[in-house]
Amino acid sequence: MDRLVFLLSTGLARGAVLALFALSLVIVWRAARVINFAQAAMAIVAVYVAFALTAASGSYWLGLAGALAAGAVLGALVERGPLKLVPRDTPLPGMIVAIGLVMVLQSGLAIAFGPDHRPVRAPFSQRPFLLGDIPVLSAYALFVLLLAGGVMAVLALLFGRTSLGLQLRAAAFAPETSRLLGVRVPRMVTAGWMLSVATAALAALLLVPTELGLNPHAADLLFVNAFAVAVVGGLDSPLGALIAGLAVGVLVSLVTGYVSAAAAPLAVLGLLTAVLLVRPGGLFAAKEARSA
Amino acid sequence: MSTLTIEDLTVAYGDGAPVLDGLDLHIGDGTVLALLGANGAGKTTLLRALTGLVPAGGRVLLDGADLTGTATEDRVRGGLALVPEGRSTVVELTVEENLRLGALWRHRGAARRAAVAEMYELFEPLARRRHAPGHTLSGGERQMLALARALIARPDVLLLDEPSLGLAPLVVAQLLGVLRETASRRGLTVLLAEQNVTGALSVADRGVVLSLGEVVADRPAAALAADPALRHAYLGF
Ligand SMILES: Nc1ncnc2c1ncn2[C@@H]1O[C@H](COP(=O)(O)OP(=O)(O)O)[C@@H](O)[C@H]1O
Ligand SMILES: [Mg+2]
Repeated sequence: MDRLVFLLSTGLARGAVLALFALSLVIVWRAARVINFAQAAMAIVAVYVAFALTAASGSYWLGLAGALAAGAVLGALVERGPLKLVPRDTPLPGMIVAIGLVMVLQSGLAIAFGPDHRPVRAPFSQRPFLLGDIPVLSAYALFVLLLAGGVMAVLALLFGRTSLGLQLRAAAFAPETSRLLGVRVPRMVTAGWMLSVATAALAALLLVPTELGLNPHAADLLFVNAFAVAVVGGLDSPLGALIAGLAVGVLVSLVTGYVSAAAAPLAVLGLLTAVLLVRPGGLFAAKEARSA
Repeated sequence: MSTLTIEDLTVAYGDGAPVLDGLDLHIGDGTVLALLGANGAGKTTLLRALTGLVPAGGRVLLDGADLTGTATEDRVRGGLALVPEGRSTVVELTVEENLRLGALWRHRGAARRAAVAEMYELFEPLARRRHAPGHTLSGGERQMLALARALIARPDVLLLDEPSLGLAPLVVAQLLGVLRETASRRGLTVLLAEQNVTGALSVADRGVVLSLGEVVADRPAAALAADPALRHAYLGF
């Protein structure tokens, strides 16, 4: 019982990172109708940028800003570069490009930085606070929760309350109608990619200190889990990504704590399958089939 | 106040025969032109070609400026607006969001709010449903929203594709009334594609009949309405 609070709080922090990465997949799916299989590789490139910046300047915050910027730039480059070269009316060519990109980026990183895990220090302690003698949560987990929550709130405001957000949503739902209303749809698609990869980069940056360290493949498992989370949430639904992400994070934490780490993936698989059996389109499937 | 000139406009889909073949048409300042023709005559194709949604040969001039090769969104920002067939409500957005979307590039801040308020005055049913999601609107409300969303950007030339399709006669009369009144007040140039010949000619200054991609009649609206032979030959009644 004395571990429950700690397992729940670390589960929420882990879930917030998962939700953030899943949200990044939702954003790019809505903007471009693409499942970006290169999201993890692109995010990790941005984390290497952060790593290098932090190593050179000694500032974690400069590294964090660098990861966001690098993610945004990389998102724009990929959307304006390789993806422009292939037909977009069917999803497969884009998918192949993304898979090719994974190989290029990950081998590039391995050549430049070596394949080893580089230890990355968290900006705050990972040892839990104690309340009496009950562990509650670590400063780093609190930081992760606050930052991920803050970024999701900012994204919600951006999409829900600003003119840019209105154009991003309209361009995603109804590109032709949007163009007829003067919206520069290609720019909105690029903006969606930039937001998406920057968000993924932040999630990967937050994850790395809690794992083995930085390595070209450090976000691969995060991608797999976040993809499942995004599908279960309903690929079009940011709220679905948030709820499913938190649920999976807490589940993994509880099963790891009370049963074993090996049982956690099975528990996740069980939960996801159960949800998809009941709601094949995900928790928050788009209700209205588009007609125009 | 604007003129639209169409020169030698040619459109073909895929390898098929041209749907429009060398079409010429000039629409003068502040004219409401009814574009009539049976199903498949090429009305939608013409309007989509004018806005750059389908590639076309020939030239389209807006106030003398050649639009050839420009993107749809730039033509729209240049003063051309299309209310497409099927009403095209963005169903995931609310009424107000749909309206604001139409106003974004034209108005900012207080001017944008004033423009939205003006549309609510013009189309009162929309004001009552301003926070309703688009997918809950009736056909008539959707068509009002589509028209308001185009008018809010203060276009110089307004293209409409069968706005009366599937609507109750009373709603059609209302819509066409607002259209005529706004066009006169603003000096708007209008190209109104319709199969509802009587309705369209009742608000138009001039009528053009399109058949198999060619202009087969071009007369003052009143003269066209009074010509039963022509109606019978090309409009099927
Ligand atoms: N996307 C398309 N692909 C192929 N043919 C089309 C397409 N759209 C329209 N057509 C053809 O072009 C002709 C004119 O159609 P359209 O412009 O929709 O006429 P209208 O709007 O007057 O009913 C028709 O023969 C139609 O079958
Ligand atoms: Mg048509």
